Amino acid sequence: MIKWGRLTMFIVLVVMIFAIVISTSSKLYSKIPLGLDLQGGFTVLYQVGNSNQVLTANDMSATVAALENRVNEIGVSEPSIEVENGNRISVSLAGQFNQVSARSFLSKEANLVFKSPQGKILMTGKDLESNAHYESDPTTGAPEVVVQFKNPALFQQVTQTYLHQPVSIWLNNKMIDNPVIQDVITNGQATISGSSSAQSAIQLAQLLNAGALPFPLHELSSTSVGPTLGQAALHSTLLAGAIGVSLIFLFMILMYRLPGLIAVVALVAYSYVLIAVFAGMQVTLTLTGLAALVLGIGMAVDANIITYERIKDELRNGKSLQSSVILGQRKAIRTILDSNITTLIAGIVMYIYGTGDVRGFAVALIASILVSLLTAVFLSRTLLLQFTKANVVKNTWLFGVRRKAVNSQ
Amino acid sequence: MKFAIVARRKWFFMLSGTITVAGLIVLLIFGLNLGTDFKSGSQVQIVLNQPYNAVAIRSMFEKHGFAVGPEGITAGGTNNEMAIVRLSYPLTNLQEGKLNTAIHATFPKALVPPEYSTVDPIIAQEQSQTAVLAVLLASLGIVIYVAIRFEFRFAVAGIVALMHDAFIVISVFALLRIEVDLPFIAAVLTIVGYSINDTIVIFDRIRENVKGAKIKTFQELEALVDHSLWQTMARSINTVLTVLFAAMSLFFFGGDPIHDFCFALLVGLISGAYSSIFIASPIWVTWRGRSLARGRDAAVKA
Repeated sequence: MIKWGRLTMFIVLVVMIFAIVISTSSKLYSKIPLGLDLQGGFTVLYQVGNSNQVLTANDMSATVAALENRVNEIGVSEPSIEVENGNRISVSLAGQFNQVSARSFLSKEANLVFKSPQGKILMTGKDLESNAHYESDPTTGAPEVVVQFKNPALFQQVTQTYLHQPVSIWLNNKMIDNPVIQDVITNGQATISGSSSAQSAIQLAQLLNAGALPFPLHELSSTSVGPTLGQAALHSTLLAGAIGVSLIFLFMILMYRLPGLIAVVALVAYSYVLIAVFAGMQVTLTLTGLAALVLGIGMAVDANIITYERIKDELRNGKSLQSSVILGQRKAIRTILDSNITTLIAGIVMYIYGTGDVRGFAVALIASILVSLLTAVFLSRTLLLQFTKANVVKNTWLFGVRRKAVNSQ
Repeated sequence: MKFAIVARRKWFFMLSGTITVAGLIVLLIFGLNLGTDFKSGSQVQIVLNQPYNAVAIRSMFEKHGFAVGPEGITAGGTNNEMAIVRLSYPLTNLQEGKLNTAIHATFPKALVPPEYSTVDPIIAQEQSQTAVLAVLLASLGIVIYVAIRFEFRFAVAGIVALMHDAFIVISVFALLRIEVDLPFIAAVLTIVGYSINDTIVIFDRIRENVKGAKIKTFQELEALVDHSLWQTMARSINTVLTVLFAAMSLFFFGGDPIHDFCFALLVGLISGAYSSIFIASPIWVTWRGRSLARGRDAAVKA
């Protein structure tokens, strides 16, 4: 007797899975942040301050804040700025932008001071509003940077004290301008001339807006990948992934037939949920992460293979289809859990003690194990059980066991 | 009667022992071919999109004032369409910009900018040290879990197999002089994950079979483990095949930047499947068999 209720249930589940996957996966996929190895960009590891300098956590977060300001000035979204051991900060920027100028901009010092004729520091870049901008002098056309002081009264006082005297402007210990104060300025606005070109004036304005770095930065290491190269890597990796997954699908169907087909549905769901997790948690996908996903697909398939081999064992022992599926699944689950938990422990330890690439690998591994338990175990089990209980198929060949191989009891 | 695996364990121990010793010798004499990640200097990886020509690349670098050592240029990628240039000095940001222009002018088809990496060797050493530490601590975690869920002997046998696989990949890379970089660490981590997963499934079947059996002699133990290995053989083969499908398509179609990385995966996955069957289980039999013998002696005395 075919149980139509169960069969309908099975079909509805499968159709639902495909409907959700087809309608939303490309949208979800586009939300996954790609690592610089897959879309181009650079990562630089900076040593903050001099090696003999003792820096506090506050110093480090001030430097991170300054770097964040600079990244905003460059206009790159979703930067990754992380503090690492030993007073180091790693900055990763992915996407399409001029890498050479962005990198020099990040660590450029912008130590601006206004000095009295006697050399006394009157004001610094910290006293400026972050709205400095480039203008060209109306009469000479020379490039200028217009700055606004946060406290106009202070600037007024300075201009009063040093009226008709030169107040020099120093950038990074180099005098760039030495204007003589002509009038008392009350609105807190000043112009800095002395830039060699419009471009350098624009950069000076940007640097002033981003604020000075509290400590000098030294590049310890860097990796940069051109955007075309990164995209080429992404395309070929996606193509290779598609070929690999298709081969796995084909193999599962040829090897396990009907259950193999169900495993394929579960694998589609697995890939989808994983994409959703990566997009939802904004996990950056890198080549290392892709390796973990390859392993994850392997482990997700493994869960199915373990179950199906158990079911085949039961069928060969002459059990009915239904009890073979139930028994096989029950026996397989413990093995699957133990092997997955063991690998999960390895992943968690790597996450806790690893850094950089090791950590990225661990995150992808942990996510794929958890998702595969959800899909390759629970979803695939439910589907197979529903289908078997629907009693549509009685032929054990469709479960990969020839009739002859069944030991009649 | 199926092929007896455990009885032939000495062969497999010898095979793995020979490979391990050979690997150790290669490692001690030649060491690993460390990439710039582990040496001071810069590496430029150019996808040329045209046949590789070392002379043309060298003359371009030298024309623009970048000295390249005698063995500084190597070909890479599936069809040798990639050039890897190693410089013994770090490139500055501005020099990279200058090289970009030069590459574009000399090789119009090449992807510009190429991949640059400049690493402080101390950083790379630190990173690989934390990776090694992470693997060791992960192994400890596995030992504790498996010792609780199974028994201590299974845990140790599994870890031996895992170390065996990681070491074989490292040895193969040392022997073939393939450059080792930071992604290589990720490949080794993947292998570690696969190896232990693969081994545990077989151990689980042995545990299950041991539960129902009364084993008195070493021969009985041997037969039981052989039986377990053959029971799980279809799964062992099918699982490694599916993972190899994925790794092989990444190797053949995944593009140049991940070529070596995928090669490490391939070697490690095959080694992982091999060691679960031919190394991990026989080690357990040998160890368990010893305590079996001791137990019987005790029984005789009593």
